[in-house]
Amino acid sequence: MVKLGVKDLAISYGNETILEGVNFDIQEHEIFGIIGPANAGKTSFLKAVNRMDLFNTDMQVDGDITFNGVNVQKVRNVYGLRRRIGVVFPLPVGLPLSIYDNVALAPRLAGQKDRAELDVIVERCLTRAALWDEVKDRLNSLGSMLSGGQQQRLTIARALSQDPELLMLDEFSIAVDPVTTMRIEDVLKELRDELTIILVTNLVQQARRLADRTAFFLGGRCVEVGVTEDLFTGEVKDTRTRDYVDGRFG
Amino acid sequence: MSEKMAQTAAGAGSDFDRLTLDWYIDKLVQALVFIGGISAIVFIIGIFVFISREGFGFLLGEFNFKEFFFSPNWRPTSETKETFGILALVAGTASVTGLAMLIAIPFSLGAAIFIAEFASGKTREFLKITVELLAAIPSVVWGFIGLAIMNPIIIETFDVPVGLNVLNAGVILGLMAAPIMTSIAEDALNAVPDPYREAAEAMGATRWQVIYKVVLPAAKNGLLGAVLLGVGRGFGETMAVLMATGHSINIPTSVFDSVRALTATIAAELGETAAGSPHYQALFTIGIFLFVITFIINLAADLVVRGVKKG
Amino acid sequence: MFETTSINKKNITQQKLVRIGLGTMTGILILPVALILGTLIYKGAPMISFEFLFTGPTKGMTAGGIFPALLGTVLLVLVALLASVPLGVAAAIYLSEYAPDNWFTRSINLAIINLAGVPSIVHALFGVGAFVIFFGFGTSILAASLTLAIMTLPVVIVATRESLQAVPMSFREACWNMGATRWQTIRRVVLPNAVTGILTGVILEVSRTAGETAPIMFTGAAFFLPLLPQGVLDQTMALSLHLFVVSTQVPNMPEQLPFGVALVLISMVLLMNSLSIALRMYLRGKKKW
Repeated sequence: MVKLGVKDLAISYGNETILEGVNFDIQEHEIFGIIGPANAGKTSFLKAVNRMDLFNTDMQVDGDITFNGVNVQKVRNVYGLRRRIGVVFPLPVGLPLSIYDNVALAPRLAGQKDRAELDVIVERCLTRAALWDEVKDRLNSLGSMLSGGQQQRLTIARALSQDPELLMLDEFSIAVDPVTTMRIEDVLKELRDELTIILVTNLVQQARRLADRTAFFLGGRCVEVGVTEDLFTGEVKDTRTRDYVDGRFG
Repeated sequence: MSEKMAQTAAGAGSDFDRLTLDWYIDKLVQALVFIGGISAIVFIIGIFVFISREGFGFLLGEFNFKEFFFSPNWRPTSETKETFGILALVAGTASVTGLAMLIAIPFSLGAAIFIAEFASGKTREFLKITVELLAAIPSVVWGFIGLAIMNPIIIETFDVPVGLNVLNAGVILGLMAAPIMTSIAEDALNAVPDPYREAAEAMGATRWQVIYKVVLPAAKNGLLGAVLLGVGRGFGETMAVLMATGHSINIPTSVFDSVRALTATIAAELGETAAGSPHYQALFTIGIFLFVITFIINLAADLVVRGVKKG
Repeated sequence: MFETTSINKKNITQQKLVRIGLGTMTGILILPVALILGTLIYKGAPMISFEFLFTGPTKGMTAGGIFPALLGTVLLVLVALLASVPLGVAAAIYLSEYAPDNWFTRSINLAIINLAGVPSIVHALFGVGAFVIFFGFGTSILAASLTLAIMTLPVVIVATRESLQAVPMSFREACWNMGATRWQTIRRVVLPNAVTGILTGVILEVSRTAGETAPIMFTGAAFFLPLLPQGVLDQTMALSLHLFVVSTQVPNMPEQLPFGVALVLISMVLLMNSLSIALRMYLRGKKKW
């Protein structure tokens, strides 16, 4: 089943086109990698999926993105859409609430009031984000006062706490040490059974380790979409793809 | 109904697009806070409408443009012939405000420069708090100070029969307006970016040269805004001028003359007039005049200050 | 090479002179007020007693205490707050969280500036025309408090808006990304972090409201009343007006009594302002992000 369909997508800020001609379908229970150098339009793509264009009057989205068959540009209740989509951006944001409340916020917004249920969710999400052991004794301290790497993992835990159908990660490992990154990568592999993941990364090896299929964005265009391993060893449509994954530019 | 249609049309997995209770609450809150937002506009219009409503009869009837603005005779209760000339009242307000600004402008600008550019650390913090507290003293207390403290001092120092006059009210009003002007002017000086100062200092300019040649020109509009707001405040002040001017109708020829201000006239006479009488309506007409003038002053100050932010 | 040249010397002297000059100007602004406040305390303090604060005026107001005026001021302030705090906070939430940057929002801001700048006596005329006459509240606590509420609305709006805008945008976006509605974001993340700042604004408004005289003169405050008010449609005495009355309207007034009234009023106002400043400094020292 197609979880996210993208057809003729174009994104522009004012007169400047950031991304155009994007076409692909992301299947349910797939980890879909997006790689490419900086300013290739990867983050703007995620923003369009989550309807963050509403925060920025400059941002113009054309073409169709469908989530569960519904065109997200025509959604009336964007909050309902965003609740189904968890997103982690590279700049970590720990909300100025307790660590517990950070993670319990989304379930509470969805109407969960039962403290025991919340306890379970908080522990599960923090464990999956590889943060539980570090913070389990101080769940009442402020999430906004954690270190950068801890806030990054708190953000991941918060995205998981939404119980999303689609999880979008944008360079989640940027502020996290290699060992912890590996732990989170293992969790993502397990999560494949429960949800669909879009993994934006500039570490091509991370995409290779995790992604079933990968798209290569370059200069505002999606130049390649295929089974991840093919990008490294198989046929490629565009030679620049092979140049990029082999580290010849980027 | 529209909810159900959307659901069936898009099929399963699309139930996230239902308009939930949270969605409706959000729209409701947006509508409620919008009411709060427009209330300020409603009140400003309301003030104008309700004052005009009470003053309207006078404007249509007894109002005589030439008499109102150019006659010094305010005799609303005369038994032979009522006259409604506000020239002397305008002169009273202008003389007191003028003297107050003569005192307040240099001293508050000086204090603002000192606090923003010379004072530092604890001294600066102390001065800022003091200025803030001074700005909070109620006008009726200032009026009382004019009456009970300044009055005897003026009588003794200058050997004059009455100490409630232009000098008294001007000094009181100056002391009253200065703290507000100081803090607005200080904000304007602080808004000048530090690189400006550093660049000038790197060229070997002294602190004063930097202030005089760089900071003051850059903060010019903000400082002008501070002065305008001070003028507006002085112009509209009521209780202090009611109590400290001596409240007698006069076109002053010296600072020792007693005068009467526009605002004070309303405060002193409204309680004694019958609602709907020409005198009562004339007082509301003065109110319209005050409203329009302060509106213009505030508008000018806003435009001037906003010019700063653009440039 | 680094000899002090004559130009340098001249500059340094000039610098010192400017510093001293400006410092003196600052002092001239502050010192007289300090002297005046000292005089108020010196002459007013002997009046202050339990009896002065908690009994009513006697002998044509030339003796006795200020209790009805004190109580009246508290009532006026409370009713005014009930009207202006919800409205002002709502307005600030609209301006900070919802309002687009367009001409309409700019005219709201201009209206707020004007509301603060219109002379107090003009607010009084508005109160008479609107609340006393048009809405038929008569001269009453209700009419006076509503007049005060509208006059001091900008204080609440400005303080609330500032503390809302001090909450970083990234927190809001993080919440929106999780599917929180605007209101859920405001209620759960923005408001809790702005509430102390709003409180400082409310305290400032209390101080401002308590000191105002002109707006209540014809809308609900009376020179003298033998009885305490029984409801919001009654008139009341008020401390600020009481100071005006005892210092200008009553013959044979003992010299010290008005000083006592003035001292109580100014203490109340300055205490409130100090509280607001203290709260602000506490807030500044307590970083949450």
